[in-house]
Amino acid sequence: MKLKINRLSTATNDFKTFEFTVSQENLLKALEEIKTNDDPTLTYRCGCKSGVCGSCTVRVNGVEKLACRTNIKEGDLVEPLKNSRVIKDLVVDVSHETLLIKKTNIGIKESASKNISQADVLKIDTQSNCILCNACYSSCPVYEVNKEFLGPFALTKALRYENDLKSQDEEIINSVQANGIWDCTLCSACTFVCPQGIDPKMDIMQLQNISSQKGYTNPYMNNFDNSMGFDSFDSNDFGFNPNGGF
Amino acid sequence: MQYDVIIIGAGASGLTAALNAKKNGAKVAVIAKTLPTHSQTVQAQGGINAVLYEDDDSVEQHIEDTYKGSYNISNKRNIEYMCKNAKDTILWLDSIGVPFNRNKNDKIAQRKFGGTKKIRTCYSSDYTGLKIVHTLYDQCISNDIQFYNEHQVLELIVSNNECFGCIAYDIVDGKVKEFMSKSTILATGGYAGIYKNHTTNSLSTTADGIAIAFKAGADLSNMEFVQFHPTTLENTNILISESARGEGGLLLDENENRFIDELSTRDEISREIFKKIVKKEKVYLDLRHIEKEKIEELIPQEMRLASEFSNIDISKELLPITPAAHYSMGGIKTDINTNTSIKSLYACGECAQTDIHGANRLGGNSLLEIVTFGKIAGINATKNLSTETINQETINKYINQNKSKIKTLLQRDKSSYSIHKTKNTLGDLMFKKAGLFREEETLLSLSKELEALEASLDSIHIDDKSSIYNKNLLEYFELENSICVSKTLIFSAMKRKESRGSHYREDFNKANKLYEKPSILTYKNDQIDLNFEDIK
Repeated sequence: MKLKINRLSTATNDFKTFEFTVSQENLLKALEEIKTNDDPTLTYRCGCKSGVCGSCTVRVNGVEKLACRTNIKEGDLVEPLKNSRVIKDLVVDVSHETLLIKKTNIGIKESASKNISQADVLKIDTQSNCILCNACYSSCPVYEVNKEFLGPFALTKALRYENDLKSQDEEIINSVQANGIWDCTLCSACTFVCPQGIDPKMDIMQLQNISSQKGYTNPYMNNFDNSMGFDSFDSNDFGFNPNGGF
Repeated sequence: MQYDVIIIGAGASGLTAALNAKKNGAKVAVIAKTLPTHSQTVQAQGGINAVLYEDDDSVEQHIEDTYKGSYNISNKRNIEYMCKNAKDTILWLDSIGVPFNRNKNDKIAQRKFGGTKKIRTCYSSDYTGLKIVHTLYDQCISNDIQFYNEHQVLELIVSNNECFGCIAYDIVDGKVKEFMSKSTILATGGYAGIYKNHTTNSLSTTADGIAIAFKAGADLSNMEFVQFHPTTLENTNILISESARGEGGLLLDENENRFIDELSTRDEISREIFKKIVKKEKVYLDLRHIEKEKIEELIPQEMRLASEFSNIDISKELLPITPAAHYSMGGIKTDINTNTSIKSLYACGECAQTDIHGANRLGGNSLLEIVTFGKIAGINATKNLSTETINQETINKYINQNKSKIKTLLQRDKSSYSIHKTKNTLGDLMFKKAGLFREEETLLSLSKELEALEASLDSIHIDDKSSIYNKNLLEYFELENSICVSKTLIFSAMKRKESRGSHYREDFNKANKLYEKPSILTYKNDQIDLNFEDIK
């Protein structure tokens, strides 16, 4: 089976497509096969090989996937993630993770011994399954124009702590207003690619609701033009936000 | 760069150490080969043991079970410390945000694990390790802990048996750097990864910290004890949790007959399965008789793993399985305060041998150990900050040695040896000859084969010549470390002429009272020495 890989040439600083013949169907195993038999210099991150460390995310035919959980087909094209600087081959710079999480003011600062029920735990269960694989970050169109955007995984994390009964931090919601929840276009690209079944778009909408309840307003609402041809924007589930900063 | 405390490794143990050292006012840095969220801890599924409510269980029972599980070669006082503090450990993790599941009475829920009759294991769905690491990482970020990710530590700076920091290779830009510190904590994980292609471990778990500590003169202990897990997916070695058998899963041979009590100990079951596999027979995990709803509710991750990685629906089909190296009981010898045999050098987590697990580890005790001793290491390293200094000349010597080693490696001519093929050969050889069954003859021949592999390191070729993210160079260091640790394992396995826990010798198939002691390995003047020493 032929597998194509788009690699950054450090000599010329542009991408070249290389084609390899592989026998393994699993993408991570195919990459290992190439490294062992054809080109030892092929560079990618990998770890747990079972879909929980989030290190091996790449794009396959334009869609973000964990290499260890992906089966390939003839002629598939593998590329590095988008919206990050490519360091080499399939390895991208992920140092933005810390900065984005830091900006959301998450983390429980005062440990409280509150009584928590299973229902409370379930409220944050899905969000706390995030593996920081960066699939959502790569798929997000807002990042292409705004590198300051807090983005899906950081906002999902913000909601996870906002919804945690043990968190007493009033700052979280305040922290996600600028370059955050109102800048999302609600395009769902992140939701489609999350390997953990997290729905960051829905999480962002939840944060918008909580913000509204706490008295924050959508800064783009002032520019809202009612003559765009939609009947009603009362509900939040219309798939994209025409006021989303573009 | 000068720090009070540097922590090498960023799994749950390293992150806990970092938080505690920082809380005590130390200037802290964490140096990690990967990223914190890529660490081995994320793969821990099942849970973390603690006696929370003494209605049916007791701390004494937890101590007794752990001691019994160790086949009598652990330290009861160390176990007692861990077990007595287990409740506080869980409550601390809970207070910083680990979402432990609750029961109907809003208490932290617990499940049953092997090696004990009591219900003692706290959990966060199927992702206990993952949620612990991510919560700790979030805490580290909000506490402004300094991280140096993707830095491979090459050598510890040791003078007069005191550690002053380390030399690390920045994988991203290829620079060799020194990190000076008053205290250094190793939290680099275990060594079951040396059984490459026969392990549940991450591809990044390559025994680095243990190897650099040993080369720097730190004592190792119990290196012969590696736990094999009976049920991993054939071809991928992805773990299928013990809970699958706990919920009624059966083990069948290729004629679909049961051949062992599924709830026997991990070492016994693994050996029985492996006996069939060497005869080219298949072994299956059978969950077909369990209602699909029950599977979906109780072991959803196992269902997903079987479907994604083996294309098998466990509610309808048999799942082919095989044992694989899973956890390493041995490591850098430490006392209860995480002190190693080198001054100002501490070790915690799976890389440390703290006399807790002995010859075998109970499920749910590893997460408990790494958080408990991570905390001790963080506090102790801060309390005992060294006032000694080391001159710049010595530091420069370390820097130059490592720079020149890298330069020489990159200048080597093409040879027939490949890093990747050698890593695979090492994994295969270790599994075949120092795996579930061992004996004098095969260990001796393995020892010779390993010498040849080690010799090949001198001519192995580094294909990638670039200084940017040179993974070939990293893989070379990993191979060097894996070979070093494999040697210590074989050496210890040859000396322990008995069968105990995970260490099974076909030529000495019973436990022998004479060996009811941990093994201590020392490395001085290029010589490895081993003694069996009483627990102090």
